Amino acid sequence: MSHGTLLVFEVTILVLAIFLGFEVISKVPALLHTPLMSGTNAIHGIVIVGAMLVMGLSHKDTLTWIIGFVAVILASANVVGGFVVTDRMLEMFKKRERPVKRDSGGQERH
Amino acid sequence: MGRNATNLVYLVTIVTFIWALRDLSNPAHARRGVWIGAAGMVVAIAATFAQSGMHDYGWIALAIVIGGAFGAIAARRVKMTAMPQMVALFNGVGGGAAALVSWAEFHREAPLPGNLHGDISVAIILSALIGAISFAGSMVAFAKLQELVSGRPITYPGQQVVNALLFAGVAAAGIAIVAGAERQWLIWVLLGGAAVFGILFVLPIGGADMPVVISLLNAFTGLAAAATGFELENNVLIVSGMLVGASGTLLTLMMGRAMNRSIANVLFGAFGQVTPAGPAAVAGADGGAVRSATAEDVAVMLAYANKVSIVPGYGMAVAQAQHDVRALADLLEERGVDVSYAIHPVAGRMPGHMNVLLAEANVPYPQLKEMDDANPEFARTDVALVIGANDVVNPDARSNQGSPIYGMPILNVDDSAAVVVLKRSMNPGFAGIDNPLFLNPKTVMLFGDAKESILKLVHDVKAL
Repeated sequence: MSHGTLLVFEVTILVLAIFLGFEVISKVPALLHTPLMSGTNAIHGIVIVGAMLVMGLSHKDTLTWIIGFVAVILASANVVGGFVVTDRMLEMFKKRERPVKRDSGGQERH
Repeated sequence: MGRNATNLVYLVTIVTFIWALRDLSNPAHARRGVWIGAAGMVVAIAATFAQSGMHDYGWIALAIVIGGAFGAIAARRVKMTAMPQMVALFNGVGGGAAALVSWAEFHREAPLPGNLHGDISVAIILSALIGAISFAGSMVAFAKLQELVSGRPITYPGQQVVNALLFAGVAAAGIAIVAGAERQWLIWVLLGGAAVFGILFVLPIGGADMPVVISLLNAFTGLAAAATGFELENNVLIVSGMLVGASGTLLTLMMGRAMNRSIANVLFGAFGQVTPAGPAAVAGADGGAVRSATAEDVAVMLAYANKVSIVPGYGMAVAQAQHDVRALADLLEERGVDVSYAIHPVAGRMPGHMNVLLAEANVPYPQLKEMDDANPEFARTDVALVIGANDVVNPDARSNQGSPIYGMPILNVDDSAAVVVLKRSMNPGFAGIDNPLFLNPKTVMLFGDAKESILKLVHDVKAL
């Protein structure tokens, strides 16, 4: 495939991704704004793939290898930290059902 | 694995990310979305390892372990109140990684004349520029939220001019690279200049606006990641980066709308500067003095009320008072008081911040009222208990055109029969604006750390 053809394909999927990105989160309750921001934050950690490719395909160039090594560290912190933080936020929401019961229990005691 | 096979596996990752985003915007499936996204990420990393021509597996794995361990420990140890700065930090390192990838690509490609296609060099410039701005800007946002630097807007004369000149310089370096001047020092100028620009760009923005800024920088990092996809001719980077770029931009606009402010106003308004027009209106309207009360007085007011509305804000988050607030509410309910919580969409440092904290304290969901449901109820409320909230209850947003928050929808706590404000001191809030609510004759102030004040109230209500 020529470079030009590839570029046209890449631009096509780029534009489609823009519309998909808008569409997929168009109806989010304010309640979930923070976890969603955190979740998208974890997803852009995909840059780890770029960092791994830079490092793994750098061959003999030392500077490229070192930059790639640092980039992999940063990107993996982004990935792991992003997903863990998002999960911890959502863990909070899960507890919502139980307290209602416990509450009625408290009133009976009274 | 050949490139085609790898790209097919990457398609699996893309699908999981789309699925994850859809689940994350639905309360019933949000948590499942996180796991689906994480699984997709593992698939992408495995496929990249398996791609033919890769070297140094051990070193790459070591780097992943180092970064992953840091991310996991930091994310596990952080308190729920410090989540906003954690998101800023992880966003920043992602942006930094994108900038480094583009630097490495430039370093590898540039020495061979004619090796860099025009579109590749445009992608390198964009990801270096946006990634470096996102990295430095996020670090400043982190420092502001962590209160390592002042949350107040930092301004100086000619700020916009300096920023514009700096940006022009960085852009010139970028254009020179695209035009074919493939010198290494140009990319250093570009990366360094963009980082300094990122710092100067976020410094003048007030701490209260940080959620919007972090959301915008999150979208930036997505764009930078998409640009690295063009450099490496990699579809998973292009699509995933752009998904985050687009959804992050939409989310930023939604947050701006919740505060009734345009994004341009947030970014360039230096929100929270003292405006000369403001104070005159305050003095004229109320002119009263601040009344402070003891915990005993407030306990009596609360215990003998029919209806109490609790308005939580950042003060409750910092003091970690959510569990004690729940204990106080339970105690009041046992005495037959009708207790509800009025949640402003931007109370705290992130949209939904209060919901997260109150959910942590097991507050029954039906007691949480969003702004539109809470406002009509204040007229029937005996006591509005404002816990460390300030700007979201500032009546200047309704009436004082000179106020920087004029036009922002607020919780109308001054409609209730009495207002109790729990506050550390008379210092203006995070946005640094005067609040005439504190001078309202209906208002009494209970000074002190929110947690200590609430514990005293619990004690005094029990003693009644």
